Amino acid sequence: MTETILDIDAVSKRFVKELDIAERTARLLGSSVKEQTVHAVDEVSLSVAKGEVLGLVGESGCGKSTLGRMVAGLMRPSDGEIRFRGRNIGTLKGAEARDAALKIQMVFQDPMSSLNPRLRVDEIVGEAPRVHGIVPRREVTAYVDDLLERVGLDPSTRRRYPHQFSGGQRARIGIARALAVKPDFIVCDESVAALDVSIQAQILNLFMRLREQFDLTYLFISHDLGVVEHISDRIAVMYLGRLVELGDAEVVFSRPNHPYTQALVEEIPTFETKKKVYGAIKGEIPSPLDPPPGCHFHPRCPHAFERCRIERPLLKEVAPGRLSACHLNDEASRRGAA
Amino acid sequence: MSLLQVRDLATHFFTRDGVAKAVDGVSFTLDRGEILGLVGESGSGKSVTGFSLIGLVDPPGRVVSGKIVFDGTDLVAAGEPAWRTLRGKRIAMIFQDPMMTLNPVLRIDTQMVETVLAHADVSRAEALERARQALVRVGISAPDDRLKSYPHQFSGGMRQRVAIAIALLHEPDLIIADEPTTALDVTIQAQILSEVQRLCAETGMALIWITHDLAVVSGLADRLAVMYAGRIIEEGETARVIERPLHPYTKGLIESVPHGKKHREMLAQIKGMTPSLLNLPQGCKFRPRCPRADDACLEEPALAELAPGRRARCVHPHVEALQETLVS
Repeated sequence: MTETILDIDAVSKRFVKELDIAERTARLLGSSVKEQTVHAVDEVSLSVAKGEVLGLVGESGCGKSTLGRMVAGLMRPSDGEIRFRGRNIGTLKGAEARDAALKIQMVFQDPMSSLNPRLRVDEIVGEAPRVHGIVPRREVTAYVDDLLERVGLDPSTRRRYPHQFSGGQRARIGIARALAVKPDFIVCDESVAALDVSIQAQILNLFMRLREQFDLTYLFISHDLGVVEHISDRIAVMYLGRLVELGDAEVVFSRPNHPYTQALVEEIPTFETKKKVYGAIKGEIPSPLDPPPGCHFHPRCPHAFERCRIERPLLKEVAPGRLSACHLNDEASRRGAA
Repeated sequence: MSLLQVRDLATHFFTRDGVAKAVDGVSFTLDRGEILGLVGESGSGKSVTGFSLIGLVDPPGRVVSGKIVFDGTDLVAAGEPAWRTLRGKRIAMIFQDPMMTLNPVLRIDTQMVETVLAHADVSRAEALERARQALVRVGISAPDDRLKSYPHQFSGGMRQRVAIAIALLHEPDLIIADEPTTALDVTIQAQILSEVQRLCAETGMALIWITHDLAVVSGLADRLAVMYAGRIIEEGETARVIERPLHPYTKGLIESVPHGKKHREMLAQIKGMTPSLLNLPQGCKFRPRCPRADDACLEEPALAELAPGRRARCVHPHVEALQETLVS
């Protein structure tokens, strides 16, 4: 568990909305319209050990999916680099770039929009391994059958189209397609979010079983903390593009350090049958176009003080293997020292 | 007398491929001020039940039989005119996607005033004042500015609050909420849940909360009704259903929720998938997926009262749970 397979090093992703012609003209005439920039991901650093399941949680707009897409090579970081087995995947060329791309696969949220509706299942699953020469052409059929069986689909359904399957079965097809190129690393972006509870449990079990069988590493992205807690070894919490807390799954849940994580853990609906009084943290998630200064969470934080409004808290180690970005930790340690 | 009595409600959809019995024989009652959680997976008929109660089932669907007795009047027999006078006034609905209730090209004040004037004989100024108060009640700050905004200027959570405010305008006796927090983030969901809890306590309105998420209603509802393939398969007081489920499906559902389970352990899973409504299995609809099924299940069981206030539709219910309750 000590070997690092993926290194995300100070990665940022900015999306800039360019001015249209009317706005450019307006600017020439002295108006103060500016290009709008969204810091979707803001200097995030993470490393993932081989064989680990790293859960990435956060609410909508926190940049978790953007980070996942950069890891899977679907987007380029604006700054920073992502190293897979020590090599920057952004600068690899030719065959090496292709190999790195094959080793990191992605399973998407909505299987219907990520599966080509006009291809049969065996084409969806078998195309990539055939094209990349992963299995000899003659053996593709047997290879696909084996994969379908491993993800819990009947190989006799190989000639069907995606619309002939239920949601849970489509999720299985998406997983089989990702596994077909023998990846080492899988990015699961809300892969169980669209499924019913009973089907979700089946797919989560499948993920856990495949991880053992194929020796996989997962980056498991979800807004559902219950799911993430169950499947992950470590958990990273993001808020408005920044990493706010990182640590062992059980510790993050039992003793969350950052006030945002505390609020998130508090709000998970549980089977507490006595009438739960939902406390609710105040306010809305601010727009990423115009994030608050200092700590992004300060307008909603019950413990915010002067420093939080001005200075961005850095991610610091608060316990071995445990990082948190909150000024309160400094206060606590100062008080401890005094 | 109960506020709402539903007896053997059946809503079928007459499609080209056959008759889909989305709701088939649903019965329950609801008292004033009570919160009922209607739980089920996709295709279980929970939303169609909600739509049937407020008379919003579109063709090819139709309420084919049964009674919906609201405050003494059978709405199925009374038909559309009765619904028109009640809908929005005494029964209101909150939908999953607030963009479905809000008109994107009208300002919030226009939409809210329109709703007030539809059922109340008041001046425009008074209607506007009521709209303002409704926004305050759901926790929207700066209501005067908000009234002049368009729906797209609100965030998702804010829109859902506006939808709830509109539902509350006439202080209805019954609100039907169809997965209103499913599309929202956890922290926003908690805010909405706490508002709804407070409003129910304050106004004494009855609420039917339709959801696929057992965990959400377990902290909110007084009673739960679990649906499967168009039928209620278990009903009872929330705490007892969650702690001691009688039906194998309810038990399976609770066990497949990952939260609070042992880390990394395989989850208990219900095998198979929900059957197509066009091709339901013979007998108990859960039979092909049920670990307890045998030949006796080939005949469909009725929703039977197994203990006071505990009903389940099962040939082999987990009665041992019941006995534990009785002993303890």
